[in-house]
Amino acid sequence: MPQIAQLAETWSSQIFWMLVFFGFIFFVIGRGMVPKVMATVEARDQQIAKDLAAAEAARAAANAEEEAWRVESNRQRAEAQAVVAKAKAEAAKASETRLAKANAKIEAKLAEAEAKIAEARSGALKEIEKVAAEAAGDIVTRVAGLSVDAKAANAAVKEALNG
Amino acid sequence: MAEAAKVDPMHQFTIQPMFGTEHWQIAGYNIAFTNSSLWMAIAAVALLVFVAGGMKRELVPGRWQMAVEGFTGFIDNLLAANIGPAGKKYVPYIFSLFMFILFANLLGLVPLGLVGAHPFTFTSHFTATGVLAVMSFAIVLIVGFWKHKLHFFSLFVPHGTPLVMIPLIFAIELVSFLVRPFSLGLRLFVAMMAGHVLLEVLSGFVINGINAGLGIGPVVSVLSFVLMIAICALELLVAGIQAYVFALLTSLYLNDAENLH
Repeated sequence: MPQIAQLAETWSSQIFWMLVFFGFIFFVIGRGMVPKVMATVEARDQQIAKDLAAAEAARAAANAEEEAWRVESNRQRAEAQAVVAKAKAEAAKASETRLAKANAKIEAKLAEAEAKIAEARSGALKEIEKVAAEAAGDIVTRVAGLSVDAKAANAAVKEALNG
Repeated sequence: MAEAAKVDPMHQFTIQPMFGTEHWQIAGYNIAFTNSSLWMAIAAVALLVFVAGGMKRELVPGRWQMAVEGFTGFIDNLLAANIGPAGKKYVPYIFSLFMFILFANLLGLVPLGLVGAHPFTFTSHFTATGVLAVMSFAIVLIVGFWKHKLHFFSLFVPHGTPLVMIPLIFAIELVSFLVRPFSLGLRLFVAMMAGHVLLEVLSGFVINGINAGLGIGPVVSVLSFVLMIAICALELLVAGIQAYVFALLTSLYLNDAENLH
């Protein structure tokens, strides 16, 4: 077994070179390069986490934007509906007043016309009474040869006409 | 059967100085650059190339970067699961440990023998694994005593121990704690050596079976070869598992040091 048979001649060389090469590996590779490799991994993990957070924030912002837009559009729709309702009410009011005015005019004309008709009718009735009285007087004179007092004739006619 | 003796399953673990450096010394201690050192260097360079390929630092990683980040993430998760947030600072150490052992184990399995080169698995030497184990244990001790001062000794007295049992439990826990560096280093060394010995023994069977001529020999060779293929797959698994076990146990021991119980 050379490990034991050669122990006396080789142990110092083995230990020396082991320390030299392990020292090289530890200080150059372990202390020098490994932290850089791990820093790269760390940086990548952080980058990924940052990107994910940014994406999440962007999503939240988009959601908020949409929500704000919805609220705004709802508000504008309500405003528009209020304007329409107000216009409708105003128009209804205006047409009502105009209708009322026209109605009143028509009513006045109607009343005037009715008054005229009534006047004409009473005028005509008086004329007929007068004519009838004269005619009655004449008829009495010719038939009976009596001269009838105009007043009596008038009264008689009135009685006969009005029943 | 003279040829059978030529296949020595232990020969592959022999350490040889290379490039005429066998006389290099520091303060009287030999530091020859051996084939073992060479494969440590190869593992280190391969790991450097591997990690450097993943250093493009792109936001959308390519395959290579993905692979490197997979390993760092794996170690990071291991430490987060076993130690918690305090485990983050041990990532460089556990990553170096895990990757160095993994690369060493896997490179030792590369069938370079086909082209005449001789791969050497330095994790099959307890002098090498021992360094790593002692280093891990030393870090556990330093962190433990730094963080908890002498209160660290309460690690050896589990909660709810009856008063009369405390001396006994303390002794048992202390021994099991002190055995950790040995079990840590020996486990890796034994697992790697056993696998390589097994492969070598089986390959010896294949060669000797063929040399034995017609008869039962070739049957043994074919069966051994099939078994070798299966064990090669198993060894790849063991290479990964042993690296993982080393890193996992180190992180568990560090958890003791960080959080006591």
